[in-house]
Amino acid sequence: MTEPLLKVSGLGKVFGTLRALNGVDVAVHANTFHGLIGPNGSGKSTLLKAIAGDHFADEGEVSFAGEDVTTMSPAERSRRGLSLKFQITAILPELTVYDNLLLALQAHQSLWGLLLSRSRQRLDAEVMDMLAQFRLTGKAHSLAGEMSHGEQQWLEIAMALALKPKLLLLDEPTGGMSPEERRVTGELLEPIRDYCALVIVEHDLDFIKDICDNLTVLDQGQVLDDGTVAEIEGSTKVQEVYTTRV
Amino acid sequence: MTETTANLADDKAGGKRRLPLSVLPIIELAMLALLLLYPILITYLTAEGETLDFNNYFVVRVTSIILLAMLAVSFDLCWGYSGIMSFGQALFFGIGGYFVAKLSEETGTTSLLVIVPAGMLVGLLSALFVGWFLLISKRTPTIIFVALGTLTASFAAERLVAGWQWVGAGNGMSIWDFATIFGTELEPGIGFYYLAVAFLLIAYLASRYLVRSQFGLALAGIRQNEHRLAFLGYRLQAFKLIVFSFAGLIAGWAGAIYAFHEGFVGPSTVGVTTSTYAVLYGLFGGVGTLIGPVIGAGVIEGLTVILSDNETLKAYWPIALGAVMLVVVAYQPTGLVGLLVSQRERFGSFGVRQGGKSSGTDDTGKATGND
Repeated sequence: MTEPLLKVSGLGKVFGTLRALNGVDVAVHANTFHGLIGPNGSGKSTLLKAIAGDHFADEGEVSFAGEDVTTMSPAERSRRGLSLKFQITAILPELTVYDNLLLALQAHQSLWGLLLSRSRQRLDAEVMDMLAQFRLTGKAHSLAGEMSHGEQQWLEIAMALALKPKLLLLDEPTGGMSPEERRVTGELLEPIRDYCALVIVEHDLDFIKDICDNLTVLDQGQVLDDGTVAEIEGSTKVQEVYTTRV
Repeated sequence: MTETTANLADDKAGGKRRLPLSVLPIIELAMLALLLLYPILITYLTAEGETLDFNNYFVVRVTSIILLAMLAVSFDLCWGYSGIMSFGQALFFGIGGYFVAKLSEETGTTSLLVIVPAGMLVGLLSALFVGWFLLISKRTPTIIFVALGTLTASFAAERLVAGWQWVGAGNGMSIWDFATIFGTELEPGIGFYYLAVAFLLIAYLASRYLVRSQFGLALAGIRQNEHRLAFLGYRLQAFKLIVFSFAGLIAGWAGAIYAFHEGFVGPSTVGVTTSTYAVLYGLFGGVGTLIGPVIGAGVIEGLTVILSDNETLKAYWPIALGAVMLVVVAYQPTGLVGLLVSQRERFGSFGVRQGGKSSGTDDTGKATGND
């Protein structure tokens, strides 16, 4: 098999006396969808944030596209193609949906280009394309904060995808969504497989099983098991944890 | 036709309400008209007898206010648009003034063609210097840190010039010559007035261009959620330093002209009092609108001029001003202009389609055209 796109090895993170992560290894290959599951407090979100650079690991390494990114800032990671969608939607509520996307699309333009608004015309088509792709065309001029929760999540995903990342990290994308919105979210994510790999933290196991190729199961900051969706479904170790504690 | 269809589509397909009426441009144009007509009106209104003196007291006083309004605009760029709480904006204003005063004393230069660029450059460089210390760091500096840092810089500069004989110490520096433009002397009066209006207009339009560019969109994002913008890959410090330096340029420019207009520059010009007034103009008029601080400067300074005739009122005016400011900060944080302009308009919109200039027959346009 080829070198994985994202390789996490021996990652550890301590908060005070709590060992949130303890020697975690995860490998994610290009164009695959990878789910992180596990009970509450098992370290899923901590792991995701360490990958994104929201906080730094205390031990171990994160390498991305063959480069060691362990100590890089979030902005540096973002410029290399690693994008994070926050658990709590972090759209900019006082700006229109259109402006939110434009903001995401223009993030890597030069300062001079931004001052002269050089890319405003060119990016207009891209903004409208992405709005159409995420079923938000009719909301273009609404304030982002005035949309429904599900629509805000889609805008957030669209923003995270705006710069065509190689890897997108999704922290509970369907939290608070209706079943219908969850179904649509799955449909919206499917086409991005062409250019992007996905790491998802999610409580909804049905959703995860539907869209992911591989799963890593965390428990108390350690990897309990990993493999394809079918392998995990058959894993006795995982069933034990889930049946006794959930 | 296509434009109407697209707008209709937006309304029907979930926009629900029309784009609200823009109030800001109306206020801006009204203010411009007022500034252009003011000297003529005030001269006729206050005329005694047959002779009209266009270089009268009220024209001269308002010229000063217009230059202070430039300082207010520069404060708004910092606080209203970039979240940089500059409690020391007069530092750059005063440094501009001191620099051209010294320049004119040493070299006899009075030409605006030298004074204006000199003031701009000194303002820009000193803001770059201060900004470098306060804004550039791995972690984003807090508002309090920046506020205290700028306040301290302004205070320190005031103490420095007050004790430094080379720049006149506590007495400040007088400028004995009038400013000149192409060899013509420019006395305070109607000519200087319109020059100040032109300078304010240029600074205003440049600032307006900046905050409405794609760069301005990034600023709008920064003041809502810095953390998020960093994750999108924006280099926040670079944006802040650019705005802070540009605001310094405007303040230095205004300060240089102000020094020539007053014929004097003293320690208080560079210090905490003037800095605080810049903050007051902004908060009172309404930050984040550019025009708000201009109106704020006009109202606060205008009332000061009017009340200065009356000894009793004059004594109580600073107390009344303080009380009014407390009320504004507590109950009307968006200032005077905030009474007229919606939050949405204050934030504005930045795309090519958002000024109603929709170019589009897109899918929705066609789809909703049918129903």
